[in-house]
Amino acid sequence: MSRMIEIVRRDLRLALRQGSDSVMVVTFFVLTVVLFPFGIGPEANILERTSAGVLWVTALLASMLSLDRLFQADYEDGSLELLALTPTALEVLVLGKVAAHWLTTGLPLMVAAPVLAVLLHMNADGFGTLLLTMLLGTPTLSLIGAMGAALVLGARRGGVLLSLLVLPLYVPVLIFGVGAIDAAVQGLPSQAHLLILGGMLLASLALTPWAAAAALRQALE
Amino acid sequence: MHRFANPARFLRLAAVILPWTAIATVLLLGAGLYLGLIASPADYQQGETVRIMYVHVPSAWLGMACYSTMAFASAVALIWKHPLADLVGKSAAPIGAGFTFVCLVTGSLWGRPMWGTWWAWDARLTSMLILLFLYLGYMALINAFDDPTRGARAAAILALAGAVNIPIIKFSVDWWNTLHQPASVTKFGMPSVDPAMLVPLLLMGLGFTTFFVTVLLLRVRSEIIAAKIRAIRLTQIHASSSQVAG
Amino acid sequence: MNLSTYFDMGGYAGFVWPAYALTALVMLALLGTTLRTLRAREATLKTMQETLPNRRGNRPAAPRS
Repeated sequence: MSRMIEIVRRDLRLALRQGSDSVMVVTFFVLTVVLFPFGIGPEANILERTSAGVLWVTALLASMLSLDRLFQADYEDGSLELLALTPTALEVLVLGKVAAHWLTTGLPLMVAAPVLAVLLHMNADGFGTLLLTMLLGTPTLSLIGAMGAALVLGARRGGVLLSLLVLPLYVPVLIFGVGAIDAAVQGLPSQAHLLILGGMLLASLALTPWAAAAALRQALE
Repeated sequence: MHRFANPARFLRLAAVILPWTAIATVLLLGAGLYLGLIASPADYQQGETVRIMYVHVPSAWLGMACYSTMAFASAVALIWKHPLADLVGKSAAPIGAGFTFVCLVTGSLWGRPMWGTWWAWDARLTSMLILLFLYLGYMALINAFDDPTRGARAAAILALAGAVNIPIIKFSVDWWNTLHQPASVTKFGMPSVDPAMLVPLLLMGLGFTTFFVTVLLLRVRSEIIAAKIRAIRLTQIHASSSQVAG
Repeated sequence: MNLSTYFDMGGYAGFVWPAYALTALVMLALLGTTLRTLRAREATLKTMQETLPNRRGNRPAAPRS
């Protein structure tokens, strides 16, 4: 556990030193959402109807942006190999890196989302659920994305390949994330959706570190 | 299973089975086509378009069966490091992707006269579309590495991740579909199947399956030979480099 | 019914026949590309094995059955 916190701290330090990652991700999020009114018209009704979907799809894409560098830098300079040699399980390493990724990507997206929801005229009833779905959903995206990033380590065109691999796996999170918000906006109960999102998060927590670690071992062989 | 780990033994077995699966394919498809296109009735509601069902539904079956094969082979490859399992997965993928693609396009062709639209976001077609992307991702990953073993092992993990996800995706898409589709477009295009239609459907399904086995065996044989070629080239490189050094 | 009525498929010919044609096309393409690659690789392997130096010397190995 303390080892994991160490890794989270280390990655956070590196990320903060770099600085630009979170800013880029949030800027992409904002810019892309802003494109939609230009594309589908500024009419409040239409924007409101599509706001949940637009926000979620864009958040999904934005959270993928920094994934391919999750393991890449450490892989290239050899520190991944060293980390793999430590007695701590590789799965713990993965969890640590995912936590750091979420703190620098998912969390900023969550902060930006309500502001953008205002721009898209989202119904006020949806805001709370929006934040809840992102709280439950973005870590899942980081976990699945980490598995993808581990798989494409050392591959040609890894960045684009990662998107192709990971986006189909994101679809269930997207469906229930938007479903919860739409239900809340219509005044219907959204507990079932949130529970399912929670279930997906737990399942990802259990399974993806193991898969990602296996992929990392493959890459280091 | 480990008896077949020896490539030579597999090749001998495949050589024995292959003519039979090939003949079975021709016979089953022939019978299925005859019954499907000629000797079976048109549907009461859907008319002659129901004949598209005889290629659309078996393609769907095969699309899913191929992925199951890939997932099973991937599990075997990862758990037991069975040398042929990697090759089975790699060989099955293009066949599965082909059938899934056929399922989507024939589904579209069936939908146009029936529902007036070239595409409907109904649960089955949408799930098939996502399945196609899973196939394409697998094929892209396996070819993205210079080292074929690395590609095969990474793709194996991906295949298993996809397999775990498929029930979740299916569940999510089904739920999403019931929420958004009006009640009239529930089951896209499945007529109540009367026996005269069931037989050609099953024959086509079996014929597609024997086709899959035939092409799979050929592709695995091809991959084994490719591996031999690579091995020989490697020894040649080592031989020539040791000649240069020595 | 006569042949042209049959081919008309109750007016749906533009849908039924392309569906079958595409299916046939994809299946034949799968089979064809598989066979082509297989033949090419078999030929390459044969050539390589015939010119492979025998371990005892530099004579080509006897062709294997």
